[in-house]
Amino acid sequence: MTTDAPATLTPQTANPKFEETVSSVSVASQWQLMWWKFRRHKLAMAGGVVTIIIYLIALFTEFLSPWPGHVTISANHTYAPPQPLHLFLQTPEGTRFLPHVNGYKIEIDREALRRSFVVDEEAVVEVGFFVESWDYELLGLFPTNIHLIGPKNPAEPMYLLGADKQGRDLFSRLISGTRVSMSIGLVGVAVSFVLGILLGGISGFYGGTIDNIIQRVIEFIRSIPTIPLWMGLAAALPQTWSSLQIYFAITIILALRAWTGLARVVRGRFLSLRTEDFVLAARLDGSSELRTIWKHMVPSFFSHIIASLTLAVPGIILAETALSFLGLGLRPPVISWGVLLQEAQNIRTVATAPWLLIPGLAVVVAVLAMNFLGDGLRDAADPYNR
Amino acid sequence: MLQYIIKRILYMIPTLLVISMVSFIIIQLPPGDYLDTLIATMASQGESVNYEAMRALEDRYGLGQPIYVQYYKWISNIILRGDFGQSFTWNKAVSEIIWDRLLLTFVLSLASLLFVWVVAFPVGIYSAVKQYSVGDYIATFLGFIGLATPNFMIALILMYIAFKVFNQSVGGLFSPEYIDAAWSWARVGDLLAHLWIPVIIIGTAGTAGLIRIMRANLLDELKKPYVTTARAKGVSETRLLFKYPVRTALNPFVSTVGWVLPELVSGEAIVAIVLSLPTTGPILLRALLQQDMYLAGSFIMMLSTLTVVGTLVSDLLLAWLDPRIRLE
Repeated sequence: MTTDAPATLTPQTANPKFEETVSSVSVASQWQLMWWKFRRHKLAMAGGVVTIIIYLIALFTEFLSPWPGHVTISANHTYAPPQPLHLFLQTPEGTRFLPHVNGYKIEIDREALRRSFVVDEEAVVEVGFFVESWDYELLGLFPTNIHLIGPKNPAEPMYLLGADKQGRDLFSRLISGTRVSMSIGLVGVAVSFVLGILLGGISGFYGGTIDNIIQRVIEFIRSIPTIPLWMGLAAALPQTWSSLQIYFAITIILALRAWTGLARVVRGRFLSLRTEDFVLAARLDGSSELRTIWKHMVPSFFSHIIASLTLAVPGIILAETALSFLGLGLRPPVISWGVLLQEAQNIRTVATAPWLLIPGLAVVVAVLAMNFLGDGLRDAADPYNR
Repeated sequence: MLQYIIKRILYMIPTLLVISMVSFIIIQLPPGDYLDTLIATMASQGESVNYEAMRALEDRYGLGQPIYVQYYKWISNIILRGDFGQSFTWNKAVSEIIWDRLLLTFVLSLASLLFVWVVAFPVGIYSAVKQYSVGDYIATFLGFIGLATPNFMIALILMYIAFKVFNQSVGGLFSPEYIDAAWSWARVGDLLAHLWIPVIIIGTAGTAGLIRIMRANLLDELKKPYVTTARAKGVSETRLLFKYPVRTALNPFVSTVGWVLPELVSGEAIVAIVLSLPTTGPILLRALLQQDMYLAGSFIMMLSTLTVVGTLVSDLLLAWLDPRIRLE
């Protein structure tokens, strides 16, 4: 992308660079126009940046997590509260740079006869960056054992976001969950993309009876309350299935509804493009039906498809979270945001360990970011319409 | 108009038929049939199995016969006798369990729908008329948060706050003394007093969506030349707003019931589980987890039917509002 693009698409006559601006707009490619329009949408830019960051986290999960998500670090540390990360240590000699977290001390609640952990301001657990710890393969290719952050002494537990019931590190689990939750959004959208573009395309291109049938099917699917239906389908998945099989089955169940939205967009585009002059021209020039579709029609609504795909991802993420939260979606040991939230299902647990709700925050951030990004893309998809 | 009503009702029949088939497929999905489960449960509890009774059940539901015979027996039992089958976890007829719960789900969904309308309508108008004002930004921001937050999260957070700050639980739809009481005016009053928390939680996402739709529609409408003309002629701003643009913008508002209602019923199911409301959600979840399939399937079918009928009512309302639709 060029950087000397005009800041606005509506230049004033007073602008000394008017001539230049107009010429650069009129020769810019369609994608360039879209990029310029998208860039003006601040919220969408922010959403895009956050989305990229989240997917980078999903990509570098092992590097970012101090521990493997499913491993109990210390069975004693049930519901240990979060330890905030401090970068500087204040000592009588002065303040010096020493990344650390505070350790725990155990308090016994005599009334409830319960042990609870509180953060001990005195104890210092030194934290290092790029520490060596458990082995993994970066991006599935390079064997290494370097992790972004971790305690210098691996025997000491460190819970940046607190611990769960089994003393596992919520921070590491949250990062592992990012990979599953974000990827299920992508895989689900990929499945719905195929169904949506195929059925929506057929519906819009041929019209008539086929269109009518497909539209009725779409209406039917959209009129059913989703959660009860998903619950019914998900509960029927055999208990013996491996977690990978469950993962794909859940994806397909979620995509069974998500495709309808895409099919509607594709159909609408086909209907409006069918009567355009350039399509008629292509036909009269003797180009085959398939060539008319792929060479002339698809490129002109491809940007709309990308925008709708982006807007479909958050829906699938939310749906997976809801199903897993109910215990009908992904099952442990697979970690997703929904599976993590399942542990916060009853109010007693939430009252003892409110940090278990943090994965919910991740859901909100991811869904918001992708919604903003999708909104911006949708506006930018039609750069001629101001 | 009558012709339109009849046409729409006829359209609904195939939809209901497909719904019943999907529900029946869900009933059939887990391995084994009702009798296997029943015998296994009885055996595990050390009860002797009454084969005579088993035979009668087998005959009644057509078990062991081809699937279409089973479907036919199942659906005709429902339509002709109101017999939804047996729930083995509750050990009674499904029809004895579901109606009370469906009624409460219906009340809750309807109340949520009203809530969504009552809130989204004025806020949407305000947001459009005062575009880019502080109030508009606040409404837009809250709307986005409402769309992005799963409603069970809102339920959990509200419960947490109620527990920590007010030291009370917000679950349930009735006070303890009314839970098992028969229906009376006092019980209805008690229900209304408990209804508002779940209603707000369930309605949040729908409200957020509708505010955005109302705002966008009205903004489109306000830019049209007839509004300028009316203003130039000196029509007062309030009259100008409500006489035409709001009425036109209202149309898509009513038609969105078609998607708001399934969303509300869905949201109701999951929020009810978190707040343990005596509606369909918790029982449906338990029935599914224990594979009590006649119960689960009946719930899924009745919830879907409820939604489809609700959508029909909204379509008829829309046709009554807008002559273009019924004359098409």
